[in-house]
Amino acid sequence: MSQTAVGTERLLTGWGRTAPTRAEVLPATGVADVEAALASAGPRGVLARGLGRSYGDVAQNAGGRVLDLTPMDGVRAFDAGRGLLIAGAGATLDRLLPGLLAAGWFPPVTPGTRFVTLGGVLANDVHGKNHHADGSIADHVVSFELLSPAEGSRTIAPASDAETFWATAGGLGLTGVMTEVTLKLLRVETSRVVVDTERAGDIDDLMARMEDGDHRYRYSVAWIDCLASGGSLGRSVLTRADHAALEILPQKDRDRPLDYHLRSLPEVPAAVPRLVGRATARAFNELWFRKAPREERGRIMPLAPFFYPLDAPGGWNRLYGRRGFVQHQLVLPFGEETVLRRALELLSGSGSASFLAVVKRFGPGHGFLSFPMPGWTLALDLPTGGRGLGRLLDTLDHMVAGAGGRVYLAKDSRLSPDLLGAMYPELDRWREVRERLDPDHVLRSDLDRRLGLTDSKRKAVVA
Amino acid sequence: MKDGLGSVQSALVLGGGSDIGLATARTLVAERARTIVLAARKPDALVNEAEDLRRRGAREVDLVEFDADALETHAAFVEDVFERHGDIDLVLVAFGVLGDQAVAERDPHAALRVLHTNLLGAVSAIIPVVERLRAQGHGDLVVLSSVAGERGRRSNFVYGSSKAGLDVFCQGLGDSLAGSGVHVTIVRPGFVHTKMTRPIAPPPLATTPQAVARAIVEGVRSGADIVWVPAPMRFVMSGLRHLPRAIFRKLEI
Repeated sequence: MSQTAVGTERLLTGWGRTAPTRAEVLPATGVADVEAALASAGPRGVLARGLGRSYGDVAQNAGGRVLDLTPMDGVRAFDAGRGLLIAGAGATLDRLLPGLLAAGWFPPVTPGTRFVTLGGVLANDVHGKNHHADGSIADHVVSFELLSPAEGSRTIAPASDAETFWATAGGLGLTGVMTEVTLKLLRVETSRVVVDTERAGDIDDLMARMEDGDHRYRYSVAWIDCLASGGSLGRSVLTRADHAALEILPQKDRDRPLDYHLRSLPEVPAAVPRLVGRATARAFNELWFRKAPREERGRIMPLAPFFYPLDAPGGWNRLYGRRGFVQHQLVLPFGEETVLRRALELLSGSGSASFLAVVKRFGPGHGFLSFPMPGWTLALDLPTGGRGLGRLLDTLDHMVAGAGGRVYLAKDSRLSPDLLGAMYPELDRWREVRERLDPDHVLRSDLDRRLGLTDSKRKAVVA
Repeated sequence: MKDGLGSVQSALVLGGGSDIGLATARTLVAERARTIVLAARKPDALVNEAEDLRRRGAREVDLVEFDADALETHAAFVEDVFERHGDIDLVLVAFGVLGDQAVAERDPHAALRVLHTNLLGAVSAIIPVVERLRAQGHGDLVVLSSVAGERGRRSNFVYGSSKAGLDVFCQGLGDSLAGSGVHVTIVRPGFVHTKMTRPIAPPPLATTPQAVARAIVEGVRSGADIVWVPAPMRFVMSGLRHLPRAIFRKLEI
């Protein structure tokens, strides 16, 4: 690509399919392409994008350029003895998984979809069901190559340049373009997990069970019925698991313990009516709770349905219809359990149907804009268009900010800029690093503009 | 930027002193808009309205002078607003004059004044606005048309023809902007109780600026191409449009 490269004009949205904006999308096939794009950026700037699985507008850049990093998906080195992977930032978990598993390794952290790039998971510092045990993805990154407008291409490791590392991990793509990532993998003996499932009658029961037993498992997550109220407020199905050791597999599976198969369902068609509403959500929630065993121990199941239940039908986001949906994830520090209970009361009383609401416990986070902090996290899918949804979420945001919690920017599409500073107390520290690496604000995103991540200083001067 | 639930953060109202323009600004602020630019011929007269918007939660209310008839000033005006405020998420074209139908039928200057403001003034402002919205890659343009533009009626065909021209212009404009990130919403209110219509006796289905404002905000939220206010007006006008001429002519409308 030369400086005159012309991309394709496209309307981009996040996975929630709200607020489309137009950008010129350019494929990046190597570091030279990224360099050229940064050097020739116009007034609306440049942003790297992977598979577009973030729900909100974090990977959009209205009127500017968007670098499609997915062609940069090569594996440069894989040390199967030590579990070290060096791969392009566009490499996807989906493509990496078969090879990693065959050698007895697994990503140390995986979000709820395998259709994510290494650059994407690191820029959003994603967490998985093992955050309480293992932290987020950045905690397993040995180093990455960062191409920034001010400093060119550099290798960034936590020990050698902690400021840049922790501003970029979770930095939403605004400190530079990551081109390569070195990741420390997790050793597994089999491609199965061994799962314990139990039902919790209400939110207090759930929290007690998680506090009591989460430390015994690598993975822990609870599905929670946000429509249940009164005595069953927060009734849940708690699922906890570990990678299955070889000796617990049935005899017939032991000679091929690392087999990895994917079962796929047909793609959701491009045009479907909205199938997700309050009635269907209520029925679904009821069914989900009832079908879960009251208590089940030691069930052995393959990795994919455990980690990626939503990846089976392609394009599940279309079920929410043309106007899309918002995903809302909040975290409240330990000690603020009453606020979590109050949030659930508001949700169950509001009639805003949430299909899949999830609760889990977090350990500490490290990136300046990273979402996780020690506490309880609640994630919700909410169809847009519901009456009063905006006000409900505003109310939740104020409660969360007031309790020292925050919402997840990788999923956000509607937070008020006023609450950003309270939720992310290290914002100014992040801004300093950003100013150093990108003083001319070449890297821009819609989320950046919407929340004023970098704009506040300029605005302050004008006003 | 427009958020995931369809609320905008910044808006420019051309015709910022009009009842519908102000009602829309208030509704937008209630829905979390932070920056409101009111463009009016006499911006100084809007100081109280600006204060009211700030009280309701607007962070920044900018009053700027804008003369819809001074076509030669429009490009520079638009440039200035976008330079000073950055991205504008929503631009509402709310200015217009009703004129005096009886006078305008006999005085070409009076008729041309209506067409000049409502059609030429609007087109002249819309084109540079759309250029800026295109460049920023997102935005909503909301244009006040009228049911009067649906079919020429003897009682208001001068005003109606100006709105018909504007309406057709914006229909094609909206289609031409597909894929640009810019969306055009045409608003076709029936009779609205405003300063402009005070001399006229209200017909059935008369509505209010607040109702038009709510319909505009909901239309932008849902990505509507055409918004009728009140909603049943759509079916009334569809009926009237298809009435045979001989019958239509006899109606006292």
